[in-house]
Amino acid sequence: MSVSTKYELKLGVATREAFGKALVELGQKDPNVVVCDADLSKSTYTNFFEKEFPERFVECGIAEANMVAIGAGLAAAGKTAFVASFSAFVINKGFEQLRVTAAYPNVPLKVVGTHSGISIGEDGPSQMSIEDLSLACNLPGFTVLAPADEVSMKACIHLAAEIHGPVFVRAGRSKAAIVYTPGTEFHSGGSHQLLDGNDVAIFANGLLVAEAIRAAEALDAEGISARVIDIYCVKPIDRDAIVRASTECRAIVVAEEHLKDTGIGSRVAQVCAETTPCVMEFVGLTTYAESGTPEAVLEHYGLMAKDIVAAVKNVLARKK
Amino acid sequence: MTKTSNPAELAVIAKTVRRHIIEMITAAKSGHPGGSLSATEIVVTLFNDIMKHDPSNPKWADRDRFILGKGHACPVLYSVMAECGYTPVDKLNTFRALGSIYQGHPDVRFIPALEASTGSLGQGLSVGLGMALAAKFNGSPSRTFVVLGDGEIQEGQIWEAAMFGAARKIDNIVCIVDNNRIQLDGFVKDIMPLEPLADKWRSFGWHTIEVDGHDIAALQAAFHEAEATKGMPTCVLAHTVKGKGVSFMENNPKWHGSAPSKEECALALQELA
Repeated sequence: MSVSTKYELKLGVATREAFGKALVELGQKDPNVVVCDADLSKSTYTNFFEKEFPERFVECGIAEANMVAIGAGLAAAGKTAFVASFSAFVINKGFEQLRVTAAYPNVPLKVVGTHSGISIGEDGPSQMSIEDLSLACNLPGFTVLAPADEVSMKACIHLAAEIHGPVFVRAGRSKAAIVYTPGTEFHSGGSHQLLDGNDVAIFANGLLVAEAIRAAEALDAEGISARVIDIYCVKPIDRDAIVRASTECRAIVVAEEHLKDTGIGSRVAQVCAETTPCVMEFVGLTTYAESGTPEAVLEHYGLMAKDIVAAVKNVLARKK
Repeated sequence: MTKTSNPAELAVIAKTVRRHIIEMITAAKSGHPGGSLSATEIVVTLFNDIMKHDPSNPKWADRDRFILGKGHACPVLYSVMAECGYTPVDKLNTFRALGSIYQGHPDVRFIPALEASTGSLGQGLSVGLGMALAAKFNGSPSRTFVVLGDGEIQEGQIWEAAMFGAARKIDNIVCIVDNNRIQLDGFVKDIMPLEPLADKWRSFGWHTIEVDGHDIAALQAAFHEAEATKGMPTCVLAHTVKGKGVSFMENNPKWHGSAPSKEECALALQELA
């Protein structure tokens, strides 16, 4: 069976749009859900929720730090509170508030950062969020999710609402290839092995999951069997999946739309180092990007299937 | 818990609280006496008269909520909460020691009856507005009280919160500014002046009441006026004396964050006898 038949990778909606739709579903299910935004509701798609439930939508204006702490106050008082903005703004401008008002007192605030990575494209580096997963992982108690497509985003937003603690969910601006069939289950500490293989394991999340699948298809044509794992839960990380990959494949590539020194790559490497070390290569960003179409920027900064293929070849050359 | 609207009785509680503040900071050999003493009447009047709360049921959904934005002044909050029966009075002198529930800044992990962990200045008003908004969503009569330091309101987030509170007409919150005019590095007017302070709050859309922050009857009247004020949030600008009640601590920046020696403690307690 050819792997290319398993995943059509048909373009779905952007994960930010799936987030907006999931909020409406949550709002219908639970009158306790409230949503805050900082003047970006048309871009984060929290405006879907605002349209359905205007009385439960809290416009905070362009003041992300205040929004995060308002959300924490709502959550501390028992509301299921979501705050959303571009990831670059909510995580950077709101970081200290996330730390003091949510993480450290363990207030179950739900934070969604959209337009993450560099695939926001034309807006350029001030809006590009390339350090958000690292920062979110620096908040003890936070669950950190980075879903790949509309199906997993919807599931992760429902999951976020159920988790008894603070959660950060990373969403993107661009349309994302559909990887999952509706009904697939997602949980804290989980991952999904999307393709089986034993020569190398490729861990990816977000947009890079589809690229990893494409890379595996290309490698398959060359007789290289690549396992692809969507490591959608960045924290807590699925240690078992990493140990299985490192013992069975003995070579790992991690691919992410994030600074490669501080993203999931370092988290996967830490688990390997603590358990079953193996050779590894990392695909990610080394610095700030620049304006351009999302496709052009992703290609220029080396976040495509071909870059993952090259990393696989490098890691296999080092594999004993 | 003593609940009373009698200013003379509240003043007696305030004196006890001041003694605790001096003793616990002396025992800890560190802490912030000046801003704890300046806020004493404010916190006592809230907990022992104005606020609806129940130490035997601290998570009562419709309780009034209190947040100490200026978290370094926690000796006053700990003393008042202990006197109310939330936490043990006889452990106040473990303040700042490893394992003590009386952490260096308020920490909900150690005292779940606290409404928020504070200490990083500028965040408490936003959290309080979130809680007040939750009460509105829930149709709850709960009011939220947030005490800020005057130095603290140099933080930009305070003014983001001020805009928010007025824009959303959050009239079930009272922000009390403990205007003791001193911050760590010196006098506020020299570090980063705030005047005209009442005008600032008014221009941000807050019903603003200026009071002598050591005059319990005036504080009571201000909190009642706040309750009667609908459609806008209230700021009580409480003019206070840093180090109030201990003559050698009053109006001296040194006592923002210094612990008294045993001798100084004894002198202070004599004055507070």
